Amino acid sequence: MTVTSPTRAPSSPARRAPARSKPSLLDARRQRWGWLFVAPFLIVFVTFLVVPLCYAFWLSLHNKGLATGGKSLFVGLDNYTRAFTDPEFLHGLLRVAGFVLVMVPIQIGFALLIALVLDTLTSKLSRASRLLIFMPYAVPAMIGALMWGFLYSPKFGPAQDIFGLFGLTAPDFLSSNLVFASLVNVVTWQWVGYYMIIIYSALRAVDPALYEAATLDGASPWQTAWRIKIPMVVSSLVMITIFSIIGTLQFFTEPTILRGVAQGSISASYTPNMYAYALAFSYNQFNYASAIAFALGVVVFIGSYVFLFATRKQNGLK
Amino acid sequence: MNTTTRTRRWAAAAVAAAVGLGLAACSSGGGSDDAATSGSGGGNAKASCTNKITKPDATKVTVWAWYPSFEAVVDQFNAAHDDVQICWTNAGQGADEYNKFTTAIQAGKGAPDVIMLESEVLPTYETLKGLEDLTKYGASQDLAAKYTEGSWKDVTSGSSIYAIPVDGGPMGMLYRKDIFDKYKVKVPTTWDEFATAAQQLKDAGFKGTITDFPTNGNALLYALQAQAGWTPFTYDASNPTKIGINVDTPESEKVIDYWNGLVGKGLVAHEDAFGTDYNTNLVDGTYAVYLAAAWGPGYLQGLSGADKDAKWVAAPMPQWDTANPVQVNWGGSTFAVTTQAKDKKAAAEVAMGIFDNDAAWKIGIDKAALFPQFKSVLESTEFKDKKYPFFDGQQINKDVFLAAAQGYSGFQFSPFQVYAYDQQTQALHDMISKKQSAADTLKGLQDKLVKYAQGQGYTVSQ
Repeated sequence: MTVTSPTRAPSSPARRAPARSKPSLLDARRQRWGWLFVAPFLIVFVTFLVVPLCYAFWLSLHNKGLATGGKSLFVGLDNYTRAFTDPEFLHGLLRVAGFVLVMVPIQIGFALLIALVLDTLTSKLSRASRLLIFMPYAVPAMIGALMWGFLYSPKFGPAQDIFGLFGLTAPDFLSSNLVFASLVNVVTWQWVGYYMIIIYSALRAVDPALYEAATLDGASPWQTAWRIKIPMVVSSLVMITIFSIIGTLQFFTEPTILRGVAQGSISASYTPNMYAYALAFSYNQFNYASAIAFALGVVVFIGSYVFLFATRKQNGLK
Repeated sequence: MNTTTRTRRWAAAAVAAAVGLGLAACSSGGGSDDAATSGSGGGNAKASCTNKITKPDATKVTVWAWYPSFEAVVDQFNAAHDDVQICWTNAGQGADEYNKFTTAIQAGKGAPDVIMLESEVLPTYETLKGLEDLTKYGASQDLAAKYTEGSWKDVTSGSSIYAIPVDGGPMGMLYRKDIFDKYKVKVPTTWDEFATAAQQLKDAGFKGTITDFPTNGNALLYALQAQAGWTPFTYDASNPTKIGINVDTPESEKVIDYWNGLVGKGLVAHEDAFGTDYNTNLVDGTYAVYLAAAWGPGYLQGLSGADKDAKWVAAPMPQWDTANPVQVNWGGSTFAVTTQAKDKKAAAEVAMGIFDNDAAWKIGIDKAALFPQFKSVLESTEFKDKKYPFFDGQQINKDVFLAAAQGYSGFQFSPFQVYAYDQQTQALHDMISKKQSAADTLKGLQDKLVKYAQGQGYTVSQ
């Protein structure tokens, strides 16, 4: 009864795999078919993503002042210097950084908590709850924001009625002080379901034998959750955190919609993406807008890279 | 569970049929509203229009406009002309249309031949070289006699004519007679009386406020400051690199300080304008006064939630100095010919011709509630004596708006007006929420605008 440990099979010179330099005829034909199938997507991708990106980058290296009219002058990285010293852009960056620090833990925390609870329950209620919590994600972001705009309205929203029951006056949710929290609320409502489903599926993939072993060892449900379930899904957690960070740094839709009802609290440059949009389409400064957009892209790239590096042990990527 | 080859073949055939039908449906969608496809329609032969073209051989001129009931005006023009036909689309209202126009200018194509523009954005598009000088296509300064002085000044820059005036927004004060009567408050004629009335209404127990001071009021706030003699911008499109910015003056400070004080004492609300809350407050008795342009009554009539017992009366705007009344204007639109127009002469003919007759204005006044800047209609007895049922039969033109329109002497906007409005909104919002002084607020706004203009390459004089 020998136990053989897996070793590499001895390779004799005659059995060495042929060098990869010349693909066989079959490989070439397969490759051509592969490219053919990828072609439709590739054409659309290049036309609608790569070409506009290159054009936007070209735009960001030029400038066309409103006063100088016609000519586009090459200014190199001037627009980028201007972007990184522009107080409106920097304030916007700080603001989305604030959103990341507040919104991401709340979203991931809620999603994790709900997924853990739903994983433990096995009744019909759990399936219904999963659907209900996921439904806000199915609502288009614009509709959701419009709806919340009405809910926050002092005249049409339920806030005054609810606060009135306790004899208090409802705070103005769209005032400068509270608009940050109101936006956090809208986005959390919309995205918790989506992240919850991802964590839930990761939890479903965990071998139940582990839970049996834990119970045998005397672990309470809380300890099971904390010491077994969460570590098993940590790579999914890192993945959705990075999605959340990237999405939050590019925050645009909800503040733009709510700006319709809170024009003073939410300025045109509330987030860097809104600033880029206003610069291009309201103020006719396409060059500077492109520079702002790319500057934001640089920040997002750096942020994601730093985060992935910090979590390199847990993120499951090699 | 193996599907047989025969089943697979049927499935493939079904998918192919479905895809084929889908493609066929996509391709046939465009033909339905093409009333005119053949004939010499000029460069716009293939343009699709919302209205029906009845003379396919005439030159087609594309027009973007958002006037209510405009299709009737277009049909009337098309019936009366054989050489040109209007091909109209509604490309959005206000900022929506302006964003499309800006993008089209940047792209070099996609703009219509004739476009509806509010007078406040004319300098912006003159700077972007998006508008044609109509003096090259048949317009002359003789046209000035056909339109009110103020509106004509707004469409000209130096000796160039960039647009033809259509309607205007001379301002008056619309007030709720029933509220003023109920609380026994005298209707104000000066701003001092206005402040007193505000206090009296509050003391008498009125649950709302006399009116609203919206920080996003944009053109409304410009009009209020202009009434005190404010001239914030000096700009001439023939000298495009020079601009004068004087936002921070004693006149504007007087006005902003006045409203800041009223808001601070709680006598005036500061709700954002044009939102649903604001619209409801206008008509349900939360505000006793609506400082309105001549298109205001049309706007009010379109809002829901109105107070059934409301009795609206139109009166002249309160004045700073009754001995020297100043009339102001809020809004108003024009038709301009774009530099991308295919046949500029035809486009100019359309721009000058759409609203230059009684028939078009009958539709404009009755159905679209527009206020004409076209003098022969404006000063006609019919218009002057028109009774408005919304005001219980009051002849509001004779009482208020005619004098306001005739007394308006024009206003110079900046070539970056959207930016200037956004900065004003932000500054005033901060003033109210952080309880700053009007002087500091205006100084900050002045600095911001000067810095912006200099960054854009303008030579700024202050």
